[in-house]
Amino acid sequence: MMDPCFINGIASISAQPTTNPTSFLEEIISYHQPIFKAKDPDYKQYISPATMRRMSKAVKMGVTAATMALEASATSIPDAIITGTGMGCKQDSERFLENILHNDEEFLTPTPFIQSTHNTVGGQIALGLGCKAYNITYVQGSVSFELAAMDAQLILSEEPSKHILVGGIDEVAKNSIVLHTYDEQIKDTDAVDVMNLLNTKTIGSVSSEGATFMVLGSKKTEKSLAKIIDIHTISKATPDIIQEQIETFIIRQGMTLQDIDTVILGNNGDINFDHYYTSLQTSIFSDMEQLCYKHLIGEYPVASGFGFWLASKIFTLNKVPSVLKVNQIKAKKHINILLYNQYLGKDHSIVLLQKC
Amino acid sequence: MHKGIAITGIGIISSIGNTVDENFDALQSVSHGISRVELLETRHKDEIMVGEIKRSNKDLAYELGLKATHSFSRTALIGAIAAKEAINNAGITNANTYRTGFISGTSVGGMDTTEKYYLTYKKNGDNIRFIQAQHAGFTTQSISDYLGCNGYVSTISTACSSAANAIMLGARMIKAGKLDRVIVGGTDALSKFTINGFGTLMILSNEMCTPFDKNRKGLNLGEGGAYLVLEHDDIVAKEKKKVLGRVVGWANANDAFHQTASSSDGEGAYLAMSNALKVANMNPTDIDYINAHGTATPNNDLSEGIAMTRIFGDHQQTPIFSSTKGFTGHTLAAAGAIEAICSLLSLRENLIFPNLNFKEPMTEFSLVPETQLLSKKIKTVLSNSFGFGGNCSTLIFTR
Repeated sequence: MMDPCFINGIASISAQPTTNPTSFLEEIISYHQPIFKAKDPDYKQYISPATMRRMSKAVKMGVTAATMALEASATSIPDAIITGTGMGCKQDSERFLENILHNDEEFLTPTPFIQSTHNTVGGQIALGLGCKAYNITYVQGSVSFELAAMDAQLILSEEPSKHILVGGIDEVAKNSIVLHTYDEQIKDTDAVDVMNLLNTKTIGSVSSEGATFMVLGSKKTEKSLAKIIDIHTISKATPDIIQEQIETFIIRQGMTLQDIDTVILGNNGDINFDHYYTSLQTSIFSDMEQLCYKHLIGEYPVASGFGFWLASKIFTLNKVPSVLKVNQIKAKKHINILLYNQYLGKDHSIVLLQKC
Repeated sequence: MHKGIAITGIGIISSIGNTVDENFDALQSVSHGISRVELLETRHKDEIMVGEIKRSNKDLAYELGLKATHSFSRTALIGAIAAKEAINNAGITNANTYRTGFISGTSVGGMDTTEKYYLTYKKNGDNIRFIQAQHAGFTTQSISDYLGCNGYVSTISTACSSAANAIMLGARMIKAGKLDRVIVGGTDALSKFTINGFGTLMILSNEMCTPFDKNRKGLNLGEGGAYLVLEHDDIVAKEKKKVLGRVVGWANANDAFHQTASSSDGEGAYLAMSNALKVANMNPTDIDYINAHGTATPNNDLSEGIAMTRIFGDHQQTPIFSSTKGFTGHTLAAAGAIEAICSLLSLRENLIFPNLNFKEPMTEFSLVPETQLLSKKIKTVLSNSFGFGGNCSTLIFTR
């Protein structure tokens, strides 16, 4: 069994209006193109205009979602800042790279380079808060967010009194994202009905951006939204092995499949890889309430962090927006929610969250 | 003092050698690996000095036995060579016998590949298999797939402290019983991206770098990969493994001063060193040698030196220290692992490798690095790694 780990505050910026703490996907934005951006909250409420001018989208989203999560958990300065990002600060990386290539390594300015490192968001949050504590950034495709949360769990087992800020950030960058239409990651089309993404039966997915931050602690507080029971990641596996690993994972918690009320899955409409989910949906998950979300917020490496946000909302509001539902089963209660996500058959994550 | 986490294998490739033995030979014969750029295409070839591995990607891929259609970036090739040596050194034949993890640090991952093909990618083009090299995690996965590690695989990217953080995470995971065995380290290849990046910051030297020298002009970028195998003591006992050394202390702190510059009081470095001593349950006087970050930039060496004086005191009280970046150059995300291996070689051989090119002490403090190859009984080494984003990490190794 894992040491106790509670989500004491969470915030998510995504392509949907998800930053209003009182609403839960009542209003939905439909997208019709394969690459779309996050719905911006009013960043000015969180970042001074002078500071914001130099910030890329990733930094703006990250700093804002971090501030929201800290406020929600009533934490002023966390005892560690752990970020995850699949692609890092892609806009500044792209800008610096293109300047190098187009100008034959001349006439360069340092700012985009300085802001291109993967740990820029974590560094900027630390700088803004004056937080000198443990600070680290995980960059492992679609498990980047989960690896960050696992490190936080490890810290809480070492030092239970700590409060850890954990977050995931990924941004869309204009040109490098388009390359993913060449290698079958993004659907090669100008028009796609994103709401219908999960039924497209074509190659590739759609791409977007966002940030999810949460504050974790070992003690339940009045702000607690959910308990993280366990997280498991697998670099590479076949669907059969994934099914075995999920079954082993549930047994490891002293539970059976019947104890799982709802599964939240990372289906992204890529016909080449969605069978990782559908094989589970038609077997061990067939009697469970099944929810999906990438037809709302798109695919990006830390999109799976949105699953943590969804589960926290479901536990606290005790309702499930119908737009998430992909089967007819309605869970009688929401105590245990299992999350499973993968990308291109790699970087799989299995997460168990519990009502608290 | 706790016993620490056992290190049972090491592997390294850098500009001073393709293996641990070659690196040790170069260190003990005081032959550096700093030269002009010869392999990488860059207009700055004749302006800077670098620690370049003089082997083509084709040659590295051949050594690894990769097919012509492989999608390894140079960063992945270098990393795979070092990681392979480390697991062979640890006598591991099956990467999945125990709960085995792979944690790799990298700064820009496959940027060497991205910058080569970026403008030529097109639909159905030959090179589209390299598009994923944009993800730092793809580099790590190329290596973990090559090694056959399919479980816990992770990339840490905290700029120049990445590999130190990978070693720290591995040690913590073994200590907590999350993994039985973990391969930890880092890899970075030279790229136009980093050469021009550090170039625009005006911190690249056009001469051999001179860490802790009053007139230091900046760093020499380097490339390299280095990995350590950490194993739980149960495996060590069961398989009667030879222990090369132990990781006993670790800490990570943030300077929270500036995105790229270090603070003048070295607060982040001070916190990292003092917290690592706490984790090791040691006093400053227990440290026999410091392998400093010592990049030879004006800012780093000042900040690190000040932090050392805050922990240890003046020159008389500070342990013998040197930066080995005069040998290898600054290998960015790999530096923490490369210097961990230098530290382990120091422990094994009771030898301190010199701080090259030093002439004149800095005026801000009394610290003077060791400039000669020195034979001395060493039980404990402290190694520093600092990076952009304020990331400061310290590791402590013992026999």
